[in-house]
Amino acid sequence: MADASQLLNGSFEDLRRALDNGTVSSETLTREALRRGKAGNADLNAYISFTDELALGQAREADERLKTKGPHAPLLGVPIGVKDMILCQGYRATAASRMLENFVAPYDATVVKGLKLAGAPIVGKLNLDEFAMGSSNENSAMGPVRNPWDLSRVPGGSSGGSAAAVAARAVPVALGTDTGGSIRQPAALTGITGIKPTYGRVSRYGVVAFASSLDQVGPMGVDALACAAALEAIAGHDAHDATSSTRPHPKFYQETLAFRDAHKLKGLRVGVPKNYFGAGLNGEVEAAVRAALATLEQAGARLVDIELPLNDYALPVYYLIATSEASSNLARYDGIHYGYRSQHPCRDLHELYARSRAEGFGEEVRLRILTGTYALSSGYYDAYFRKAAQVRALIKQDYEKAFAQCDLIAGPTAPSTAFKLGEKSSDPLTMYLSDVYTLATNLAGLPGLSLNCAFDANKLPIGLQLQAPWWEETRLLGAAAIFQKLRPDTLAPPPFAQKGGG
Amino acid sequence: MAAWEAVIGLEVHAQLLSRTKAFCHVENVFGVSENTRVGPVSGGLPGALPVLNGKAVELAVRAGLALGCRINRRSLFARKNYFYPDLPKGYQISQFDQPLCSGGEITIEAEGASAPKRVRLERIHMEEDAGKSTHFAQSTLVNLNRSGVPLVEIVSMPDMRTPQEASAYLRKLHAILLYAEVCDGNLEEGNFRCDANVSVRPLGESKLGTRTELKNINSFKFIEKAIEYEIARQVALIEGGGKVAQETRGWDSAAGKTYSMRSKEEAHDYRYFPDPDLPPLLLEAEYIERIRKEMPELPESKRARFVANYALSEYDAQVLTSDKALAAYFEACVQAGAHAKQAANWIQSELLRELKKMEVADIRQSPVSAEQLAKLINLIEDGTISGKIAKEVFQEMYATRQDPEPIIKERGLVQVSDSAAIEQWVDEVIAEHPGPVADYRAGKQQALGYLVGQVMKLCQGKAKPALVSEILRKKL
Repeated sequence: MADASQLLNGSFEDLRRALDNGTVSSETLTREALRRGKAGNADLNAYISFTDELALGQAREADERLKTKGPHAPLLGVPIGVKDMILCQGYRATAASRMLENFVAPYDATVVKGLKLAGAPIVGKLNLDEFAMGSSNENSAMGPVRNPWDLSRVPGGSSGGSAAAVAARAVPVALGTDTGGSIRQPAALTGITGIKPTYGRVSRYGVVAFASSLDQVGPMGVDALACAAALEAIAGHDAHDATSSTRPHPKFYQETLAFRDAHKLKGLRVGVPKNYFGAGLNGEVEAAVRAALATLEQAGARLVDIELPLNDYALPVYYLIATSEASSNLARYDGIHYGYRSQHPCRDLHELYARSRAEGFGEEVRLRILTGTYALSSGYYDAYFRKAAQVRALIKQDYEKAFAQCDLIAGPTAPSTAFKLGEKSSDPLTMYLSDVYTLATNLAGLPGLSLNCAFDANKLPIGLQLQAPWWEETRLLGAAAIFQKLRPDTLAPPPFAQKGGG
Repeated sequence: MAAWEAVIGLEVHAQLLSRTKAFCHVENVFGVSENTRVGPVSGGLPGALPVLNGKAVELAVRAGLALGCRINRRSLFARKNYFYPDLPKGYQISQFDQPLCSGGEITIEAEGASAPKRVRLERIHMEEDAGKSTHFAQSTLVNLNRSGVPLVEIVSMPDMRTPQEASAYLRKLHAILLYAEVCDGNLEEGNFRCDANVSVRPLGESKLGTRTELKNINSFKFIEKAIEYEIARQVALIEGGGKVAQETRGWDSAAGKTYSMRSKEEAHDYRYFPDPDLPPLLLEAEYIERIRKEMPELPESKRARFVANYALSEYDAQVLTSDKALAAYFEACVQAGAHAKQAANWIQSELLRELKKMEVADIRQSPVSAEQLAKLINLIEDGTISGKIAKEVFQEMYATRQDPEPIIKERGLVQVSDSAAIEQWVDEVIAEHPGPVADYRAGKQQALGYLVGQVMKLCQGKAKPALVSEILRKKL
């Protein structure tokens, strides 16, 4: 019998093979995942809750299905964690907020239905920045998450818990959400692979909404194939989500393997935006990214200089649109039907609303709601919200022009490696700049992926970001898989994981 | 004393007859236990998303076509943001600057008006209803069954000038929506709600005065009264040197007054923006045409058809088509074999007279069915009973829901046409009334009428009057 611990520290392909060959059972893996998650939680605080009963029930079912000879769904039997913004029926979905601290989900998100159908045991609900608002996972009402590479540093956000759990190899894959970089940036800071699919590729039904026109659920995993397997389980049209696409999706796992094994990077043009490499980009990060670009050339890609001239506007445009949509999406948290209601005696309805929301929401959430309310208000709507929507359309056009000249866009995922807890949390604007490379992807609705490309002098991971035209997730996953085959050193787990996750 | 002109605009919210709600699969039904028809979407739960109900769109388009509107091929849904306990999401999905329908008009004939008047519509848009709040002294209860029910909001131009015009507009709009099978139009159940915007200005002035909004008035009669009161109140206020406050007012039917509900100055900034969860609504020309073709017959064409096919007078046709159910009853009666003119008469006189005694005259509640009425009419036609007897039979039918035949049989009301029997009665009357007999023989024609009456009295109306007359004449 193979060692579950070893398998969790290895590649997804090896894990899949072991499950298919019967050399490890899903139940064994799942129990180990639960053990690791719990053992590591005192240090990492990656998990808000564990879903043992569900996981073990699913694991046993998976083991039954595994008995019949393949082909199996690529995620069958693989333990997975789910960001606590995604509803899992019968379990708490807190969005890391006091507002939903005791909210038990009465229904499954469509992506959770997808995981259950694929046979992936759901191990627990993962910590995040409250309502997905943050880039460091320091904004959680359940406490900050720590980076397994260095416990004094942040894992990034908002999907910090998902990133930490995967980085620590407590699970080989987890679901996160990405509105402005919340999958990609933490993936970069924790040295794992994460992909935000094309907007509309994955259903948002049952996912606590932050910014409706930007949010997407996506996988974060030990490598590109882990992500491909999970994406396959959750992608597809959903009748419950009017923004989900009816476009059929490929079998991502098979297609990614095929792309890798057929060396499809050969001849692909990789666009490198000049203005990604300006001031504000850490020197080591730049060097690592340029070295990674050289690796892509080695694999047959051709580097091309491109322009994304409006990228500087991505930040203000994002912060107007996202906060505006959020101010409306979070209005339902009013302490009336569910969620937190203030216990303070209130004179009238208005006071009840004010107190419940002031007490239930953390500071960053309140800041963004107020900003968004302002941007939508009478007299300001045209100057702020409408203007931002117009510039958004121009940013999208920038990408259309760029993709006429290249097949992939490459650059850094984040301007620096993992920073220390407390380092950026005093000034929101400084924190917002962490997303400067990832925001535009969401504004344009494009797919984007981050993979580890090197480590800095402090042994902290450095992320390479790839962006592809709409619907080309396979190209992203395949390119990442090729890179990871050439550079297996980038897949090394942190010491934290190697000692069995705590 | 200056002459004043009232300016009235009406906004109607009508619930659409779809089986499920505007943006989810939960059942759209009234009168069930509280909070039993709510789901994640209509309940505003975390993670819920709206998906547009296609049937609701069809019904809304039908309403627009029936009211002569331009159907916009592209329209957008927008969020109207405000906080209230019966609005679970904290916003209502509505339409703002790109509504489904633009323009349109309704022709009305107001009570006391000399000529018909065209009232223009501004727009019709789709939106979802909120839940219902019931207020008590120390608490409020919220029922979300109504949350998410599909509505059309029909906005008129401020073309009306009198409470009677307003009332006529509402009745006509109500009838059209029922005819188009878009809405049930039940005011008590709240599926047809009206708000009135009322202002006054000196006659001849083109600028509009400050308006107040009258809300939550659930009968045509009360709306007329409320508008009448409000006009007088505003005029008196201005003439007294005061200024009309822009506010929302309710109607206290007991006191017969409008009262202030909240100041419209504190009105919300709804922060409308296009709903990112719903794509733009794009309608093909073929789709709109199909709905136009499948439209149920509307009042004007039905009226014309009744005149043409049933040889009814304009007046009769007008009365019978004023209500869709009434028109259907009439046609069912004719279908069951009744002579059209007879049916029209019986319905308008006997049946409607009885129905008007009910709280709400609703022909759908009639204890006498169209088929039963047709039977009765035919029994007169074939001579089984007289017209007079038939009225008695009708009363019994209405009270007991029975067919005419058993009633006639049981009470022995079959018209007697047997000459022998009639002769016996005639002989008896002649014997008992020598005076009138003599008068008639002397040339007084009226005496015959008296004698016929006596015979009818004697036989309790069972004899066929024409025969009585004939036999009397022969014997005298």
